Amino acid sequence: MLKKRIIPCLDIKNGRTVKGINFKELADAGDPVELAKRYVDEGADELVFLDITATLENRKTLTNLVTRIASEINIPFTVGGGINTLEDAKMIIDSGADKISLNSAAILRPELISEIALTFGNQCVVLAIDTKFVNEEWLVFRSGGTIITDFKAIDWARKGAELGAGEILLTSMNNDGTKNGFAIEICKAVSEAVSIPVIASGGAGMMEHFAEVFSQTNVTAALAASVFHFGQIPIPELKNYLKTKKIPVRI
Amino acid sequence: MIAILKYNAGNALSVENAVLRLGFPTMITDDIEVIKSAEKVIIPGVGEAGSAMNYLKEKGLDEVIKSLTQPVLGICLGMQLLCEFSEEGATETLGIFKTNVLKFPPQELVPHTGWNDFTILKGKLFEGINTEENCYFVHSFYAEICDETVAITDYILPFSAALQKDNFYATQFHPEKSAETGIRILKNFLSL
Repeated sequence: MLKKRIIPCLDIKNGRTVKGINFKELADAGDPVELAKRYVDEGADELVFLDITATLENRKTLTNLVTRIASEINIPFTVGGGINTLEDAKMIIDSGADKISLNSAAILRPELISEIALTFGNQCVVLAIDTKFVNEEWLVFRSGGTIITDFKAIDWARKGAELGAGEILLTSMNNDGTKNGFAIEICKAVSEAVSIPVIASGGAGMMEHFAEVFSQTNVTAALAASVFHFGQIPIPELKNYLKTKKIPVRI
Repeated sequence: MIAILKYNAGNALSVENAVLRLGFPTMITDDIEVIKSAEKVIIPGVGEAGSAMNYLKEKGLDEVIKSLTQPVLGICLGMQLLCEFSEEGATETLGIFKTNVLKFPPQELVPHTGWNDFTILKGKLFEGINTEENCYFVHSFYAEICDETVAITDYILPFSAALQKDNFYATQFHPEKSAETGIRILKNFLSL
């Protein structure tokens, strides 16, 4: 049976992970590769690396990092942040990433999704959607959640899938950072609206939240950052818990 | 030396990394002489069947692959190219395995993306691996079950997760992206 995926997300700045990390035995917790290896050992199903600086001068640092990750990690990984052109995507994929994640650039120029999908295949393109419930509507934001658009999350997800995205990474800005659980309503709506996998993101605080999003919606993966980084939810414990809740996971 | 076939499809780099981690010398190449004399040959692949076949034909690699007598491992698209026919681009493929590659009916999410286990596993590739272990799949087309099927996975319908005939081995999943289980499968192949 196909398993539900657990995906830790690592924020990268100038080639280093940001946010405090409390994996004590790591010699250098700021090194994304060391942290990534730790997650692989713990049973993470995939990894997402988000370059939060994403400036031109950091591109070389990022591609060097991607090359290092690819040489040491034997599970699929996605790289996102500041991918604006087919050339940007090519640089990251040629360095060894399995998938790239698009956000603002796809909103500004949706054809970018098709260009990358036609070149590298749909499975390489993850459309990241940051959405917030405003005026009774789940609207899409861009530029790291700073700029509101008139896109509706469900419509944009459908459009993205039509254009060739292979997966949707759906982040609820209302839930992100709250630790109050995933946004069940929009996760359910989007995962029922498209026939490609949807990854739920934003709001994980307890193991129960993962069980809730997997049992109440059609999402096939859940992503979180701080609960994993700070060791609040160890991945092996989470997977064992989900198994007792009859949710299929890879142990 | 392990030759990894260079052609217009992705993920050769991931395969190279995995083989290197296992301590085997390797090379990504489309040089016919290098491929013929390699100890083993791996055909990786993420891409589209039609254009991949055209590329192999242009380079004369189609006949070379068919003539190989050392162990050969096709991965994902690399496996599908070893079958007879693919619905992807209605492509005549290499015909090593007597089975066809069809598109998944859209009853569930396609591509089949993620970790899945097996209902049947047999043969040298899977020594020491049990059916509850999981490997990483990402594909929209599948090979039908046939006499050469050595692993079956169920998604929408049961399909060939691996094939074997004489010196030809193939997996639909990506051993190079399947964590520790994948490493053991690759190691089984490299130790043949």
